[in-house]
Amino acid sequence: MQTVIQGGRVIDPARRIDVVADLFIVAGRIAGLGQAPTGFVADQIIDARNRIVCPGLIDLCARLREPGQEHKATIASESAAAAAGGITTLVCPPDTDPPIDEPAVVEWIRRRAKAAGQARVLTLGALTHRLHGERLAEMAALQEVGCVGVSDGGHPVANSRVLRRALEYAATFHLTVFLTPLDPELGHGLAHEGQIAARLGLSGIPVAAETGIIARDLELVRDLGVRVHFGRLSSARAVELIARAQAEGLPVTADAAIHQLHLSEIDLTGFDSRCHVHPPLRSLRDKEALRAGVADGVLGAICSDHQPHEPDAKQAPFGDTEPGISGLDTLLALSLRLVRDGVLPLPAVIERLTHGPARILGLDSGQLGVGAVADVCIFDPDIDWRLEPGDLRSRGRNSPFTGWEWQGRVTHTLLEGRIVYAAEGEN
Amino acid sequence: MSAAHLQLDRQGRLLHFLTVEGLTRRHLTEILDTAESLHGVAERQVKKLPTLHGKTVVNLFFEASTRTRTTFELAAKRLSADVLNLNIATSSAVKGESLLDTLRNIEAMQCDMFVVRHEQSGAAEFIARHVKPHIAVLNAGDGRHAHPTQAMLDVFTIRRHKPDFPSLRVAIVGDLLHSRVARSLIHALNILGAGEIRVIAPRTLLPAQVETLGVQVFHDPRLGLREVDVVVMLRLQRERMEGALLPSESEFFQRYGLTEERLALAQPDAIVMHPGPINRGVEIDSRVADGPQSVILEQVTNGIAVRMAIMSITLGHHARSIGESA
Repeated sequence: MQTVIQGGRVIDPARRIDVVADLFIVAGRIAGLGQAPTGFVADQIIDARNRIVCPGLIDLCARLREPGQEHKATIASESAAAAAGGITTLVCPPDTDPPIDEPAVVEWIRRRAKAAGQARVLTLGALTHRLHGERLAEMAALQEVGCVGVSDGGHPVANSRVLRRALEYAATFHLTVFLTPLDPELGHGLAHEGQIAARLGLSGIPVAAETGIIARDLELVRDLGVRVHFGRLSSARAVELIARAQAEGLPVTADAAIHQLHLSEIDLTGFDSRCHVHPPLRSLRDKEALRAGVADGVLGAICSDHQPHEPDAKQAPFGDTEPGISGLDTLLALSLRLVRDGVLPLPAVIERLTHGPARILGLDSGQLGVGAVADVCIFDPDIDWRLEPGDLRSRGRNSPFTGWEWQGRVTHTLLEGRIVYAAEGEN
Repeated sequence: MSAAHLQLDRQGRLLHFLTVEGLTRRHLTEILDTAESLHGVAERQVKKLPTLHGKTVVNLFFEASTRTRTTFELAAKRLSADVLNLNIATSSAVKGESLLDTLRNIEAMQCDMFVVRHEQSGAAEFIARHVKPHIAVLNAGDGRHAHPTQAMLDVFTIRRHKPDFPSLRVAIVGDLLHSRVARSLIHALNILGAGEIRVIAPRTLLPAQVETLGVQVFHDPRLGLREVDVVVMLRLQRERMEGALLPSESEFFQRYGLTEERLALAQPDAIVMHPGPINRGVEIDSRVADGPQSVILEQVTNGIAVRMAIMSITLGHHARSIGESA
């Protein structure tokens, strides 16, 4: 199969390319930019004039709910939503049921993802057995079957001795450790500890619930030299800690969930359970600091932190609802909004969604160099649209962004050169 | 849509009573004046008015309460309504029925008003958002968030003793962190233009940034109680010791309990209030609770008139709003 994507503005941040040119794909790989490779005869032509052509998005944190919570979503349903959102790689944290703490689960997820065939699904293995934070998981075996890292899966390890050993063991195999920094005790609450929580009478989660754990973990990194990635930061002080550690040369990276860059504690007014997330939405100042962190690269990736829910999970008084936002459908649109808001230029936003997360994962993907796997996202930056609740492709309809108006929409998504999504009216 | 808007119709009239926050002085004054006119009913030989004749009020209590439920029941009965008491804490919620299912079932029984108490902040608002439009929802306490009828009976009681709000100094003492009573009362006092609202508690019992509610923060009652006109003591729950918020009841009483000595710091004619039930020797000394400055039992009596007022106002507006839209 030979495909040419014609006349698009190709943005490939990994190689600082931003040019209007044809992109050639042969046998699932990038074969040339601007100039056709010798002997190229197009089987398929995609008209990309006035459109942006960029690497497929890489999402560092997406709950697909399978295995274990198929009433919320499945690998097939969420892969389709990813494809429609221009996302070609999903990284699945290990808090499935059963958790990803043994090779059989990794294999099972791989088979399901392959059968769905709409997105690449990568897995993070468990850092500790059953994610209980007591015994080490079989990290080497998990790596062997393809886990791209190990993670606490949203259940931070409370026991510092266990964590130290887990980090040490992971470092032995050069595994990157993905941590979600939130003290399980201090982080037990419903909203950012601030004026909105005071008014609404919601139990507060102080910033120290995040920064205390990060500070501890950074000291362990300093001792061990292990590569650690902190996922889903929520506060200005956390960004500061990471920036300082990076300046010192510690091998740490971090990301932000896209909703943290657009919402704040104020959005909880009216007890909107769609904005119930963990870590919580914090102050406007925190939101601005997270945006600045993404802009200057301290936060090297933006992820969806996708958590699809069945309607019942959100249809209750705030404190009885489950946290999380269904984010695959809106990852690109919300990211493009950062450009409009003047946070960072378009190529930089694309970097945080492609090459940035690829580097964190230690992968060679997220770029369009010759020989790279042809995972491609094509979007029209000028389409105005509005997200209606019925438009969500994810099975999880729990989005606070319905009714928002956007500019820029995906027209095609290619996975290994194959079109896995084409917007209505596109070939 | 915030609760402030949810509870009003297009003309700005009260359809539900979910929170005091966001209401105007006109709303509160209407309630207080109506309550004043109803206050005499209890002293009459025949204690009933026909206002809610033929209406059904459901007390929907997801959290155990005898006192509040009883005063709502009495208020409804004095307005000639039929009353149904549902104690959900011990029935369907335990069997796994969702709150929405419970609501649908009770709605199907053709009721006109839900009086709701729930352990989660925001529950009354959630229910108001989901019930059929002909049903009025009164919040009888949602988590730590709001207890607006209690706040109204508190300001009603204050107004009867101290009608000049701009010159008023009020101190609220104790567990503000968990107190829906305090949050609603602070809003009500601010809306009515109270001169000064002080909160007095150790830092563990104050929500972060409590000053943004419009209060002055004191940690020492010897300073905070000075020259106040009203002292509102809050109930201290036993479980606060287990949550590592306080070392012991006795230490709390030593530092913050309202004794005759401490009360002497306030104005000589200061009144002492408490939403009840009181813990003698924990937040308040018996001599103060039973003393001449205490209006604690008066609050209970006033609670009936205030709740009658709120019931008749909201159901009255409901009838009109439904009539207008029909």
